[in-house]
Amino acid sequence: MSENKLMKNSVITTSLSRELTAAEISEIEHEISLYPDKRAVGLEALKIVQRHQGWVSDESMRAISNYLDIPVADLEGVATFFNLIYRRPVGKKVILFCDSVSCWVMGCDRIKQKITDQLGIDYGETTSDGEYTLIPVPCLGDCDKAPVMMIGEEMHRHLDEEGIESLFRNAAVNKSGGDS
Amino acid sequence: MSDRPLTKNIDLARGPLSLRDYEAAGGYRGAKSVAGLHPNEVLERVKESGLKGRGGAGFPTGLKWSFVPQGPESEQQKYLVVNADEMEPGTFKDRLLMEGDPHLLIEGMIIAAYTIGANKAFIFLRGEYVLAEKRLARAIAEAKEAGHLGTNLFGTGYDLDIVLHTSAGRYICGEETALLNALEGKRANPRAKPPFPQVSGLWGKPTIVNNVETLCNLPGILANGVEWYQSLGSGGDYGTKMFGVSGRVKKPGCWELPFGVSIREVIEGHAGGMQEGYSLKAFLPGGGSTDFLTPEHLDTPLTYSAIGELGSRLATGTMILLDDKTCPVGMIGNLMRFFAHESCGFCTPCRDGLPWVDAIFRDLECGKGSAKDIAILHDHVGYMGPGKTFCALAPGATAPLGSGLKLFAEEFEQHLVHGACPYL
Amino acid sequence: MAKITVDGQCYEVDPANNLLQECLSQGLDLPYFCWHPCMGSVGACRQCAVKQYRDEDDKTGTLVMACMTPVTDGAILSIEDDQAKAFRAGVIEGLMTSHPHDCPVCEEGGECHLQDMTLMSGHNYRRFDKRKVTHRNQDLGPFLNHEMNRCITCYRCVRFYNDYAGGKDLSAQASHHHTYFGRFEAGTLESEFSGNLAEVCPTGVFTDKPFSEHYARKWDLEAAPAVCTGCAIGCNTSPGERYGSLRRIVNRYHSDINGYFLCDRGRFGAHYVNSDFRLRSAKDSSGMTLSSEEASIAFARDTQKRLIGIGSPRASVEANFALRRLVGEDNFYAGFSDSDYEAMQVLLNSLQDQDFNCPSLKQVESADAVLIIGEDVTNTAPRMALSLRQSVRVAAYELADKARIPQWQDAAVREIAQETRSPLCIFATGATRLDDVATLRLNASREDLLEAAEALFVRLSGDSPHYREGVTGRTMQAVEETYAALLAAKKPLIISGVHAGVEAMRLASNIAKRLAKIRESSCDLVLLAAEHNSVGHALLLEEKNSLGSAFNRLKDEGCDGLIVIENDLYNRAPTSIVQAALKSVDTCIVIDQIETPTARHASLVLPSTSFVESANVLVNYEGRAQLSFQLSPCPESLKPVERWLNVEGSESTESLIRRCSTELAPFSELDKCLPHPSSVVPGAKFPRMSHRASGRTAMNADRNVHEGKQTLDDNSVMSFSMEGIQPLRDATVLGSSWAPQWNSNQSISKFQNEVNGALKQRNSEIHLITRNSHLDYYPSYSRTEGQSDEHKYLLQAVQQIFGSDELSARSKPVQSRMSDCYIAFNVESAKQLGATTGDSIELQDTGVELTLVVRADVPDGVALVYPGSSATGLSVNRFDLPKAAQLSRLDKANSEYGLGVSSLVVDDRVDVEVTTGAIL
Repeated sequence: MSENKLMKNSVITTSLSRELTAAEISEIEHEISLYPDKRAVGLEALKIVQRHQGWVSDESMRAISNYLDIPVADLEGVATFFNLIYRRPVGKKVILFCDSVSCWVMGCDRIKQKITDQLGIDYGETTSDGEYTLIPVPCLGDCDKAPVMMIGEEMHRHLDEEGIESLFRNAAVNKSGGDS
Repeated sequence: MSDRPLTKNIDLARGPLSLRDYEAAGGYRGAKSVAGLHPNEVLERVKESGLKGRGGAGFPTGLKWSFVPQGPESEQQKYLVVNADEMEPGTFKDRLLMEGDPHLLIEGMIIAAYTIGANKAFIFLRGEYVLAEKRLARAIAEAKEAGHLGTNLFGTGYDLDIVLHTSAGRYICGEETALLNALEGKRANPRAKPPFPQVSGLWGKPTIVNNVETLCNLPGILANGVEWYQSLGSGGDYGTKMFGVSGRVKKPGCWELPFGVSIREVIEGHAGGMQEGYSLKAFLPGGGSTDFLTPEHLDTPLTYSAIGELGSRLATGTMILLDDKTCPVGMIGNLMRFFAHESCGFCTPCRDGLPWVDAIFRDLECGKGSAKDIAILHDHVGYMGPGKTFCALAPGATAPLGSGLKLFAEEFEQHLVHGACPYL
Repeated sequence: MAKITVDGQCYEVDPANNLLQECLSQGLDLPYFCWHPCMGSVGACRQCAVKQYRDEDDKTGTLVMACMTPVTDGAILSIEDDQAKAFRAGVIEGLMTSHPHDCPVCEEGGECHLQDMTLMSGHNYRRFDKRKVTHRNQDLGPFLNHEMNRCITCYRCVRFYNDYAGGKDLSAQASHHHTYFGRFEAGTLESEFSGNLAEVCPTGVFTDKPFSEHYARKWDLEAAPAVCTGCAIGCNTSPGERYGSLRRIVNRYHSDINGYFLCDRGRFGAHYVNSDFRLRSAKDSSGMTLSSEEASIAFARDTQKRLIGIGSPRASVEANFALRRLVGEDNFYAGFSDSDYEAMQVLLNSLQDQDFNCPSLKQVESADAVLIIGEDVTNTAPRMALSLRQSVRVAAYELADKARIPQWQDAAVREIAQETRSPLCIFATGATRLDDVATLRLNASREDLLEAAEALFVRLSGDSPHYREGVTGRTMQAVEETYAALLAAKKPLIISGVHAGVEAMRLASNIAKRLAKIRESSCDLVLLAAEHNSVGHALLLEEKNSLGSAFNRLKDEGCDGLIVIENDLYNRAPTSIVQAALKSVDTCIVIDQIETPTARHASLVLPSTSFVESANVLVNYEGRAQLSFQLSPCPESLKPVERWLNVEGSESTESLIRRCSTELAPFSELDKCLPHPSSVVPGAKFPRMSHRASGRTAMNADRNVHEGKQTLDDNSVMSFSMEGIQPLRDATVLGSSWAPQWNSNQSISKFQNEVNGALKQRNSEIHLITRNSHLDYYPSYSRTEGQSDEHKYLLQAVQQIFGSDELSARSKPVQSRMSDCYIAFNVESAKQLGATTGDSIELQDTGVELTLVVRADVPDGVALVYPGSSATGLSVNRFDLPKAAQLSRLDKANSEYGLGVSSLVVDDRVDVEVTTGAIL
């Protein structure tokens, strides 16, 4: 029947997956050995992949889903629930900026403005050189040293505008120094 | 016997004690002492001690444990889970304990797990606490190597395995049933109670979830006895507690103090009083989910009941101070934004109520608020209150909101009248 | 029973339930969203808050969520309490903060549970003036629209789709007030039950896509109680019609059969009635259109000849009965293939045997151990697969009982149960869509499965099975485990069916019979028929009158031709035999709703009515005869089969049914499926139009400004108008449920005796078959073939939910989910043949070419063949396939006329190459 030529048939879509790296697999396997049910490792696997890849792409999502036999939709439900799983590319260093109450009382708004002015990024944005991504984080539990932030795994405490100025000026200098 | 059983080993300058040094300082004495006891005897001691949960709710620990079904008929697989997902705004006590003396927590876990009959224990650690993670991991490895973890602990025939799980950032994981869902690899929505985790918890098995600080109390109780423990503290609460102060004080920090110490002693003594040019306007006594208290309450002893009588809660014991130069509306607004963002999205009042409250505060701060908005805030204090939501997150948010609306009615009014924040 | 007081009124209620369910059972109006009558409570929406008082002295009370609060004896409650009312209004206000003001353009409008509950709560003024949350929607395929901005985050969709129906490609994502319900990426929802989302969603997030293409409000749809024609289950449906076209199918509650849910074949397959595949006028052999009168004259002339009749399992009881009367019982032949007919005899025997009970779907859900032999239930009787998914939860409920967790605490029951499931043992060739909940899978060729089933029977008889050399330990272990599971069960259930074949059905019968003897009470046995009236048709046949014998008769001197009703003979026998038979006679009268290859050979084609244009009685797999009411006036060119046949008494369906019940013993009670005289008020009718039907006076205003006369319906208790008795009085003719304040399908609770109970009045149905025999065991199974040629693959026909059913395969939305005929074998075989998914594979020496789908779980040496549908795409006649064939890969691309295989949903598919699209 000729009309069928025009019929648009639905497609069960499968986006691309990728192979997990040996390092990723060995770390995921270690986690699996710790839990009675390998589906419990979904979040751990997301973190492992993120540690290796910087963020969790759709391809990585498929790869983890296949490896752990967790439906990718469920894995997405978990990945998008937790604040520290990045489903979009982030900079080399993620600035987790505490904007909770103790830091706020201690003037973190001004500090944040300073970072934004200096790096030209707001929350959720990445510097054009791909170096920094700025993300707000709930109370970092270092309230007696407020305002605080975390860059990568490193805590920065007792922040003030001068400190920010020098911290990122140094970073910028280092960067241009490295490039030249 | 130290009067600071939780922090006696902590010296921020030198880092945590190794296993050897920890044992030399009397460590693992508590854990070893349970080897000669039947779990029921340990349970009785913990009940007698009067230890209450330090996570915020203050529920008697021994009583909680006693709900775990025991005996040959019961489910044999049981779990102990440590709630180390410290994320209550203004709370920074568990970090100190874990970074400062990780073996104390492990020893407490051994005692708790032995008592409830759990062979597997999980530490649910906040993902951002990378230093605590490293130190705990190292301590666990040391303890395993020494035979304090693994099989046949202290010759009892009892086995225990501890897994360190790091989360990925969600305040709701501090709610014990949400934490269990997260640990199972699911979205961290809380679960209905009943059934309580003691009956059906992690993977449907009987589970006890205890806070870090709670567990850190156990080695002392077991090693030094109930009498010693009860001699610490006063005012109906026993032992010591981590108390902290943040805000515009001279020496913000966190200290282990006996229950019953006055608020004034903590703020003016340990924290050194307000910074020059600032005076105390109000404070939240135990983290972001507690009702505001004011300077007139400074002489109140820090016990669950005394703070409760003032209409607030001791909760985490970490106080957040509001000074006279800081906008109370802005401070509450900051908390509301936090709660709105951290709502898991499961039940209606929390999921849809908090963002509305948050949006109103944003409008108030930039002078776009209206009297109608203030009325809506008042409505939400009731709408999101205890019993109406699925878990305690939104009711926690109504604590600073409700008390703040009453206490700072004038400041709210000024925001409307000025058409801007009067503190800017 | 417990006594509770609600607003001063005392009620007797079931203490096993929660307060919400019991309030609704008592007919009280208490709003809710996340609770669902058969999915239990999770406490998410907080809408059903009521006040509970400690005792009579307590005047303050506490707010509790009715759905999360168990009934306690002596409980004192208030729905009307001011604080409770204010809170419920507040919940609506919260839900509404981001809900769009798009009711006028929303498909849900007028039957929206959110609208109903909003009005019920009293919330009527929007105070929220902040920014709304908005979402991006996904294209979810041909069945459902996605409009996330309307979402009120009740979590019902994922609870149905994932927890209840076992779907894997929908999830809750993100969090707080950004919570999103969707797929990982846009694409067709894979579950066979996805359409239920349109009914489960309390507002307009998921709506029926084919319906919105030609939309009408619920109140403007004519509705009548109907029975699905998609398979042998007989689900109850409520079709909606306007301006002479069928717009949609929604579920019609039946407590024992479909409950609240349909499968997607049933929901979207009925659109064939509007399609171009329908025969709309009579035609002669030259293809010339005949008027109704000319056709009748031609037919009368032909019936002077000596004709035989071939009936049909997809024609109604009346149609088959009328043909039998016209040609005489000796000349009335089976419309089944000979193998299916043999299988139907086993099925009929099982329905008469006192050792068996044939469970309804509701009973299937409580089976605590199930064995399925060879039948791919998801693709042959999909709604039963959904019930089987519930049966595995029996063990979960037992665990919950022990921990004192009430069954309605849905999340808690699932948590304590984890992976604990009641036994579901599947003996099948290749993966099935129930494998994810199966506790045991025996995956082997058909012959090996039958041998295993025979071994199981021997084991149950107390003997040791003799295993052939080469039988794997895995098989023996599967037999042992199944044996243990069935013996330990309180309520074991054995399932097979016509598609599994007569041997499988005999073995299933033997196993069930042996269990019955061991248990000293009847054993549940389901033998699935293939089509919606297979059982009704079989009951009308003389046993010797197989289709093969009909073909022989056509060669007789004494036979001038045949009448075929609603049947495509190419679906019943090899092409060469059908062609030869049809060529051997001059007269071939085909009466059908749809154009089929058979109809193309006819000397006279007469167009018959679908379930929309006439009433009909269908007998399901249990022997349950159900009346499906006529929905809309019949166009003049169409007639029901029985009226074309013009036999005595066929002036109305009702009179023919009465005649059938007086003339034929198996049908002696058939007239009881007609509305009981006591429910019929003389002179009054039940309206098919709703009491709010609008625009009746304007419907034809483009032609005539005067309101036309309503079509009269003398043959039914229903009328084609809006006047009459509102259906609140009688659920037997409940076309569409509707109650004051309850405009959505949630109004069904008002028609139930209690929540999840039977409808208040009886259904239009009767069980036809009485159990009055104790049959012997069937002879033991032994493999017929010798050692097969190792170069050949055993070919095994498989079914697909979308495509294998003749009628639904002609529905447009279903067609967009259909695939071409395909062949499937495993990765090893694919490597050997150097072939990959999408390649063309030839069955050597047959000329048959099929598209390859590599499926990991197909056993070695076996190739599964899906024959496709004659309706569209590429298809083969499954009776033309040899039992085994050598295969080779063809060096050519797919035919450009095909549908491809991209829309196929199978769990073990191995896609070597990624499909990039399928606009073919």
